[in-house]
Amino acid sequence: MAVSFTLNGRAVQLNVPDDMPLLWAIRDIAGLTGTKYGCGVAQCGACTVHVEGEPVRSCALPAGEAKGKKVITIEGLASKPAKAVQAAWQKLDVPQCGYCQSGQIMSAAALLEKNPRPSDQDIDGAMAGNLCRCATYQRIRAAIHAAAKSLA
Amino acid sequence: MLQDIVKAAAAPSRRTLLKTGAATALVLGFHFAPRRAFAQAAQGAAPAPNAFVRIGTDNTVTVIAKHLEMGQGTYTGLATILAEELDADWKQVRVESAPADATRYNNLAMGPIQGTGGSSAIFNSFEQLRKAGAAARAMLVSAAAQSWGVPPGEITVSAGTIAHAKSRRSAAFGQFAAAAAKLPVPVEVKLKDPAAFKLIGRELPRVDTVAKTTGTAQFALDVRLPGMLTAVVARAPLFGATVKSFDPGKAKAVPGVRHIVQVPTGVAVVADNTWAALKGREALAVEWDESKAEKRGTKDLMEEYRKLADRPGTVAAKRGDVAAGFAADAKSIEARFDFPYLAHAPMEPLDCVVRITPTSCEIWAGDQFQTVDQMAAAAVLGLKPQQVKINTIFAGGSFGRRATPNSDYIAEGVQIAKAIRGAAPVRLLWTREDDIRGGRYRPLTHHWLKAALGADGMPAAWQHRIVSQSILAGTPFASMMIRNGIDGTSVEGASNLPYAIPNFQVELHSPEAGVPVLWWRSVGSTHTAFSTEIMIDELARAAGKDPVNYRLTLLQGHERHRGVLAVAAEKAGWGKELPKGRFQGVAVHESFRSVVAEVAELSVAGDGSFKVERVVCAVDCGIAVNPDVVRAQMEGGIGYGLSAALAEQVTLEGGKVVQSNFHDYTPLRITDMPKVEVHILQSTAAPTGVGEPGVPPIAPAVANALAVARNKPVRALPLRA
Repeated sequence: MAVSFTLNGRAVQLNVPDDMPLLWAIRDIAGLTGTKYGCGVAQCGACTVHVEGEPVRSCALPAGEAKGKKVITIEGLASKPAKAVQAAWQKLDVPQCGYCQSGQIMSAAALLEKNPRPSDQDIDGAMAGNLCRCATYQRIRAAIHAAAKSLA
Repeated sequence: MLQDIVKAAAAPSRRTLLKTGAATALVLGFHFAPRRAFAQAAQGAAPAPNAFVRIGTDNTVTVIAKHLEMGQGTYTGLATILAEELDADWKQVRVESAPADATRYNNLAMGPIQGTGGSSAIFNSFEQLRKAGAAARAMLVSAAAQSWGVPPGEITVSAGTIAHAKSRRSAAFGQFAAAAAKLPVPVEVKLKDPAAFKLIGRELPRVDTVAKTTGTAQFALDVRLPGMLTAVVARAPLFGATVKSFDPGKAKAVPGVRHIVQVPTGVAVVADNTWAALKGREALAVEWDESKAEKRGTKDLMEEYRKLADRPGTVAAKRGDVAAGFAADAKSIEARFDFPYLAHAPMEPLDCVVRITPTSCEIWAGDQFQTVDQMAAAAVLGLKPQQVKINTIFAGGSFGRRATPNSDYIAEGVQIAKAIRGAAPVRLLWTREDDIRGGRYRPLTHHWLKAALGADGMPAAWQHRIVSQSILAGTPFASMMIRNGIDGTSVEGASNLPYAIPNFQVELHSPEAGVPVLWWRSVGSTHTAFSTEIMIDELARAAGKDPVNYRLTLLQGHERHRGVLAVAAEKAGWGKELPKGRFQGVAVHESFRSVVAEVAELSVAGDGSFKVERVVCAVDCGIAVNPDVVRAQMEGGIGYGLSAALAEQVTLEGGKVVQSNFHDYTPLRITDMPKVEVHILQSTAAPTGVGEPGVPPIAPAVANALAVARNKPVRALPLRA
């Protein structure tokens, strides 16, 4: 009934059953609420976190599978590309309601960490799993390009 | 949305400037006398000063927002308006949500109720907040004049600095905040000439962006209270079914489950955390009484609607004589249109946090209808509305869903808190499945529309019959807003069609169904813009005329329509030769006092499949308080409208909702988002709505392009069904 992993650089031990999705472990037990629930079935991306550097839908990952791994949430974003993404998001005023944006930023940061100059197609590929009902997609695309440019 | 509330509400009859004293801060605003309608909302609530701004001795200017920030940028817009007349520096401006109190924070467009909707936030606040800012400025100037011993007329205020040039003195707001608060509030204030605006019209950064890019913005699910429990509700599989019996045994055995209680909407499982609550609900056995449930499917309902459309309906608008218009005519077009139920599906599903004591109730929610929700919570608990405190926090989208006349999700949260006798604060979560299957959809709708061409090629007659479940029937708004049997939200956009057509008639059937319906971003215009703009296009093409010119000819006297249409057409390169496989379609529509034209450009493959590549939008929304926010609302409105046009629909079989989550209720993804260009028409008129008006034109603009590409008329949504 305890799961240990590294959360935003800190070792944590959470008293949760192995089958509790990582999302609820992070939100309800660890108390970090920047990661959002949107669908519970890995269809919307609002719950995206980084596990060992990969963007993962935390609503569909049992906490037990995060054992011993490095998990980063929106609260723990620190890489240069990630900071560039947040800065571009702010410069272009991407968010409207803002609820999906933690997940959007986590997906975008993971993209830029691997691909410093993504094309529109690369962006579509990396971001297609993240829904935004406010349809801020045009600004998301522009902000990713702007972040990439700022890192060049 | 709620356009009719606007019309029904009388204009403010009395305006009084009031102020509240505060030792260290200047606080002031206006009091508007409550009007007769909804008098019960205000009953018992003492008139109190209505504070819109607080100036701290630390120079912060806190603007109190009476409207919900659900993505539309209202916090930024409201603060800009007040800061403009105050001559504050944007950097010193903060925004705070107003408490629930209709006597001070009513929506002037809705009468004496506090609420956000109908794209009315900036529209109803513009004059109110300008006056509040100007009065605060005048009081700061008076305080400085007294202190410095100089005439107030010689004092200037700019970007947060009060200055007297002759004596070379200057001060920040904070220095005189306390002194200003002790002065009388000016009865008359002089407002700026719009030519002198420094903040209004500028693309100031949104006040909520930093919080929304760092994970710190707080939504209801993020609220954490000591001892708080999380609740989910097992609801009936059919609308109208009720709990017959339930066996809590297995659910109670799930670790972390604390309470299993029956509430009017089903059976609530209340647990230590979300996962435990969900597992508990899974284990719960409920038997439902389906004797009074709606058991028809959408196919059955649509069949009934189509038959109804064969019969005359209640007349909603009429001029000339349609029968004569058709009799004299040689050529006519007759069309039927089908529209599905639509879910709002905001990214943040419905949720709230409720804490009760025997004499109080406190709610945290992205609350859109504070006065209605206060009354509903009070009714559940036997309290007075003013004993219900609502903390309005950010909403993760709404699109109409959070403004429910029966306060569904708020009342449910309060019912659960009551059922566990206030043992703990309760956080209620609707899962995505609960949301998609929970009803309150844009109504399933059928249109029959017949139009005739005169010898000159212009429309000679137009008869439009709409069959749509009433949104307002059975709600507290019905008596006030359904007039002569017409629910205005069913015919808006059709009954006020701007085109010059001599013989014109719009009729309505409002059949009853057990499926709960609700306003959905742009409400009646979600369907009326579609059928009317498709018909106008088909008439133009049948007459051998250009669809843009045809509309311009028929829109004499509607200069805002003509203005946006001309700009959208020009910027889109309308009429120019397009690359092979590219097609353009146009639509123009007025909703919520704004007029928007959109040209959609599609690439269409040989097999008829298509992609919307580009949308050129022109909007006339009066003064654009923040042009970048206006652009964002047009971009988002186009995306939201396109999402529904392409692939959204809720269907029912045997009364059961077929869809359940985003795998089968499929909103637009980035891969289908077109390039959107927005052009804002220059205007000196007071601001009008932007949250909804971008939505209606996109579906007909796309359909009109498709009809040309496929040489086949479009008659139903969604297009990719």
